[in-house]
Amino acid sequence: MSREWVPFGALAATVILIQLVTMFTNTQYYLTQLIMAALYSIVVIGLCLLMGYAGQISLGHAGFFAIGGYTAAVGTTLNLLPHRDHVLVRMAERAGLTIQTTNSWGVDILYFSPWITLLAALLLSGVISLLIGIPVLRLRGHYLAMATLGFGAIIYYILLGSRFLGEADGIYDVPGFGLPGGFTFDGARNNRVLSYYFVWALVIGLMVLMHNLVNSRPGRALRAIHGNEPAAMAMGVDTARYKLSLFVLSAVCAALGGVFMAHYNGGMGPTEAGTLKAVRYVAIVAVGGMASLWGTLGASVVLNFLSLRGYFGSLDDAVFGVVLITVMLVAPDGILRRLGMYTLRRNRDTAPDAFPVSAEKQVQRGTA
Amino acid sequence: MPSRFLRKSRCSVALLEVNDLFRSFGGLRAVDQVSFTVPNGMIKGIIGPNGAGKTTLFNLIAGSLVAESGTIFFDGRPVSGLPPHRIAARGIARTYQNVKIFRQMTVLENVMVGCHQRSRGGFLAGMLRLPFTVREERRVRARSLELLEMLGLPEVADQDASALAFGRQRSVELARALALEPRLILLDEPAAGLNIRETVQLAQTVRSIRDLGITVLIVEHDMSLIMDISDEIVVLDFGRKIAEGTAQQVRRDPEVIRVYLGDEDAEG
Amino acid sequence: MSSELIIQYILSGVTSGSVYAIVAIGFNIIYNTTGIINFAQGEFVMLGGMIAISLVPFMPLPMAVALAVVITAAVGALAQIAFIRWLKRPHVLQLIIITIGLSILLREAALHIWDEKVRSLPYFTGTVVTSVRIFGAYVSPQVFWVLGVCGAAVVLLSLFFGRTLIGQAMRACSADPLAATLCGINQKNMVTLSFVISAALGALAGCVVSPITQTHYECGTPLAIKGFTVAIVGGLGNSTGAVAAGLLLGIIEAFSISIMPMAYKDIIAISILLAVLSYRPTGLFVRREVGALKEF
Ligand SMILES: Nc1ncnc2c1ncn2[C@@H]1O[C@H](COP(=O)(O)OP(=O)(O)OP(=O)(O)O)[C@@H](O)[C@H]1O
Ligand SMILES: [Mg+2]
Repeated sequence: MSREWVPFGALAATVILIQLVTMFTNTQYYLTQLIMAALYSIVVIGLCLLMGYAGQISLGHAGFFAIGGYTAAVGTTLNLLPHRDHVLVRMAERAGLTIQTTNSWGVDILYFSPWITLLAALLLSGVISLLIGIPVLRLRGHYLAMATLGFGAIIYYILLGSRFLGEADGIYDVPGFGLPGGFTFDGARNNRVLSYYFVWALVIGLMVLMHNLVNSRPGRALRAIHGNEPAAMAMGVDTARYKLSLFVLSAVCAALGGVFMAHYNGGMGPTEAGTLKAVRYVAIVAVGGMASLWGTLGASVVLNFLSLRGYFGSLDDAVFGVVLITVMLVAPDGILRRLGMYTLRRNRDTAPDAFPVSAEKQVQRGTA
Repeated sequence: MPSRFLRKSRCSVALLEVNDLFRSFGGLRAVDQVSFTVPNGMIKGIIGPNGAGKTTLFNLIAGSLVAESGTIFFDGRPVSGLPPHRIAARGIARTYQNVKIFRQMTVLENVMVGCHQRSRGGFLAGMLRLPFTVREERRVRARSLELLEMLGLPEVADQDASALAFGRQRSVELARALALEPRLILLDEPAAGLNIRETVQLAQTVRSIRDLGITVLIVEHDMSLIMDISDEIVVLDFGRKIAEGTAQQVRRDPEVIRVYLGDEDAEG
Repeated sequence: MSSELIIQYILSGVTSGSVYAIVAIGFNIIYNTTGIINFAQGEFVMLGGMIAISLVPFMPLPMAVALAVVITAAVGALAQIAFIRWLKRPHVLQLIIITIGLSILLREAALHIWDEKVRSLPYFTGTVVTSVRIFGAYVSPQVFWVLGVCGAAVVLLSLFFGRTLIGQAMRACSADPLAATLCGINQKNMVTLSFVISAALGALAGCVVSPITQTHYECGTPLAIKGFTVAIVGGLGNSTGAVAAGLLLGIIEAFSISIMPMAYKDIIAISILLAVLSYRPTGLFVRREVGALKEF
């Protein structure tokens, strides 16, 4: 194993160690928050690539998270029994894509397999992000921020205003996600350890993929876009396409997190699409050092864990506001980097500075 | 008609052909009906006072700006209206008057981005680190190091490019442009900010670039440099082409002398 | 649709539209001096309303409103001084995130100072049931307060920027900060001043509209999005455009209620925003050519 993979090994070891410690100290309840923190981390890892490496801000990722979550929730709570004669339902049933059980109310239900809805969620978020990304990614800075914020708000209002989507209550009674080996990913206490390992395996896998991406040809192109977009174009990088692909990729990541969150919590509400959530994701990437996958993961786990355990009390959202401003004032390229914890990312993960001082504007005014 | 015939007959040997190019900003005619051709393998100079429209002309050729009228042919095919990355893919590379380095990427990585067009591998391949991408990566790295070697930068390969001295950033830009393996390279004032020794070295580099078979279009204020290395020179003033010819011809052109009146370089 | 109903819709649209226009002008003022979009603009409106509501038991209404405006302006100044003024060459992304953080702080502060209850100022004249009859439609007199105050604010602002030395200095800063500094204009003070003015303006709008639309600690963000929509549609930095676009959006929203569920009303503005940003970011009322020199 080359040195490159040491951090991943260390992460895996930490994941295992934490589980063992909670087992021996009888504090397994911590795993619940660690599972949810991992799910939010999936969103943030994608956003880190988009924001930190390619320099494109998005305040719409809470929207994609919700799209994922709601697709899974709707798909797996829709009772198909009354529509059993419909040709599509029959086909799905025959293909083994549905599940029939009796729910907690003693009612017989037939619903789509979570695998189908997972696929649908990823597809849907991919298509929506593609459609929204094409026009919106032509924008920069404030405009991009506002446009993505607007997109998130639209999703929020749709969720809030649609009877079909449960309005303010959202959707509940979402079943667990049945995985091979007869194990179910859900919030049940006796599934907790396995669920914990499952999501963290997901996170580690995603980290590996993203780490590879950052250090590949397209990754370099993305960082070049951040470093100097006109020059990247002149070097033959199809910047629009790269930005769009990354936007879609990060949106699909967000949806992935949302899907499993819906299964884990047994439901999802419209606040998941709210502006505050979107800002929270941005804050986490900022704290993590913008262009640092590891920093982002660390910030995500710590902040989400503390927040989910209620350490911030009623100041929960305020804390993120303070954190956001403080980071931007004191250490715009990330607290972790300021603290000198950047040894991990020195050689391989080197990425564009969070805020390259752009001479562009002066150049255009002054000499061009 | 005869002029048209002339243009056509030249087309076969011209790598770049610019016809009646026009672009304005508000009311300002930055490039005004400019036409010229650049034969394959030539070093062609473009000179003109500040604000003459030289950079704008480059931006039009490279596709960063869209012309309001006029056409550009590269290697016999129209490139006007294409986005910059497509033009780059056709084989036109450029450097900038105000260096545009990729910040917070190493010198080597900067050059490796230049290889973008000449390598393969998309998102999925990159994420999965498919075997072919590993091979590509190795090849691109070796090629970029070679170019750094050629431009005298091998020892700074792993340094942050934006932390380099200005002159060396220019070299990085040049290496990056060469990594594209272009057929035509546009150099916008490559000698600006260089000292005399570096300037002499630059002249050598430009010649060796041409010797690699790359056609060079170069904007420069340093008259002795441009007169020395250019096979032909185009003179712009207020967006219009006022003269074109060899260094000898241009130097004697009354219009050029008028524009550069009092400028010693123009005399010698 | 009866003509009374149409008038009713138009007036209600114009009322909310003028508030959008005021928020948009608040965006414009700061944008023009700094190039920043202040994401906390909506929170100034909310703060103005909230503060006035708290003050009104202790003093006459006009004084409560005036004091609320002053306090909000002070908050605007403090925020700018604390979070923005001292930054050296901040990056756009940094500024975006700071103002977003600021909006969250103001909102959370409001939540803790007050609570999540919906409140409102008393009607400036009469009560909820008081109404004036025009063209057969019954309209609350507060509508005229909103129109009057917003209209007056727009006129005063244009006089300020057009006629006074300070106003012209602020415009100079937007046109060319360096040259303005060379002319002896203290650019930093001008930027702080722009925050003060737009905070005050937002607060004023927040007060006059409070009896009609009510005030709530969360009401800032939707207002900010709509104000921004209006600013964009009108052409960022163009206040005449903002007024036109504000009224237009207000009226469209008012009529939308008759054809689609109330819950989706807020989606209209955002859809317009996305559409305009995507296809004509220079705004509808600005010539494309002029806008082409801006960076989006
Ligand atoms: N993006 C732009 N917007 C407005 N005007 C522009 C723009 N780019 C160039 N100009 C104007 O066009 C004219 C030509 O500019 P250009 O940069 O092409 O000149 P140049 O010959 O390269 O000058 P220099 O020798 O100073 O580099 C100048 O008057 C300049 O102000
Ligand atoms: Mg130039």
